Amino acid sequence: MTVVLTDVTVGQALPDLAVDVTPTTVVLGAIASRDWRPMHHDYKFATERNGVADIFLNTPNQAAWFERFITDWTGPRGRLGRMTFRMRDSVFPGDRMVFAATVTAVESDHVGCGWVALDITLTVGDRTCSTCSARVGVPTTSDDNPWSRRGDDWQP
Amino acid sequence: MSDLPPEAAALIGRPMYPETANFDVERSYAYNTLAATQNANPLFWDDAVADELTGGMIAPPTTLSLWMRPHFWEPGAVGEQVALKVHFDLKAIFGLPEAVMTDNTITFHEPVRPGDRISNQQVLQSISEPKTTKLGTGRFWVIDVEFTSQRGELVGVERDTGFGYRRGGS
Repeated sequence: MTVVLTDVTVGQALPDLAVDVTPTTVVLGAIASRDWRPMHHDYKFATERNGVADIFLNTPNQAAWFERFITDWTGPRGRLGRMTFRMRDSVFPGDRMVFAATVTAVESDHVGCGWVALDITLTVGDRTCSTCSARVGVPTTSDDNPWSRRGDDWQP
Repeated sequence: MSDLPPEAAALIGRPMYPETANFDVERSYAYNTLAATQNANPLFWDDAVADELTGGMIAPPTTLSLWMRPHFWEPGAVGEQVALKVHFDLKAIFGLPEAVMTDNTITFHEPVRPGDRISNQQVLQSISEPKTTKLGTGRFWVIDVEFTSQRGELVGVERDTGFGYRRGGS
C-alpha cells in the first residue's frame, strides 16, 4: 500500500504500533546501530552508574523505530525528510511501547513535492517516553515518486 | 554574562573532528537495524522495488549515524572508542561523569547506498547554564553533525542535545 497526498487529511490518526520490549530488543537495537555504550547492554552499569531502572533503548534505535512506524503507514514511496524527537523518559525491558500519531499538516511545496507532517508519541502505559515530529515526503499522485527528487527539488 | 570556562567557549561554532569512516556502508549490516525494528518495508527487502524507486538498494535513512560509528576495538586503538567526541570532551571539561542524549533531529538528504564511504564533522552549537533535572545537576549542549558521501553529496544532518550530569546534584 502507498499513501498518496490526496488521501491524507489533517487530524487523521495513523494505525497504532505496539511492541513488547525485551532485553533483546534493547541490545539488538544498540548493536545494530553500532552503539557500544554500556547503558544499552549492561544492567549494572545502567542502574548503578546512570541511576536508571534498567538498560534502555538507545537514540538511533528509537529513530529506527519511528522510521518503521511511519513507513508502515506510507508504504515504500514514503520518504523521510526530517525527524525531531525528544526523549522524556527511557524505554526499558518489560515495557510495552505504543507508537501513535496524528497528521498535523498536508501540503505541497514550491517545487511540487508532497509533504505530510506528523506528531508522534511513544508511550508506555501512562508515561510519554518520547515525542516526535516528522516531515515525510509522500507521492502527490499514484505515479509520483518522492525518492526521484534530488538537489533543489528535495527540500526536507 | 557567560559562566563558561574558556576551553568550553572556544569549542562553540568550530568544525571539529572531520573524519571519514574506515568501512563501507553495507547491506548486510543495514539488515540488523531492519531486524531489530521488524521493519518489513519492501524498499529494503525487494530488489525490484528498490530498483524502481531508488535506483537500487539504499540504507534505511535512520541508519545515517551508524556508518560513522567507530568499531568497539581495532588495532592501535586505546581506551573506549566513541562517536560524537565533542560530547565526551564536554563531559571531561565540566567534570560530569554521566550523560544522556535528550533530543535528536535528523534531516535526510541524498540516500546512502551500499559501498558508500561516509564522512562527517561535528560543530558544537551551544552549552546551557547549569541545570538540575531528576537525573542530577549538569549542563545541556547541542551538537550538529553533518554527513557527506564520497561523492561530496550531503546525505544528512543530525542535531543532538546531550545532558552531562552528576547524580544527585552538585
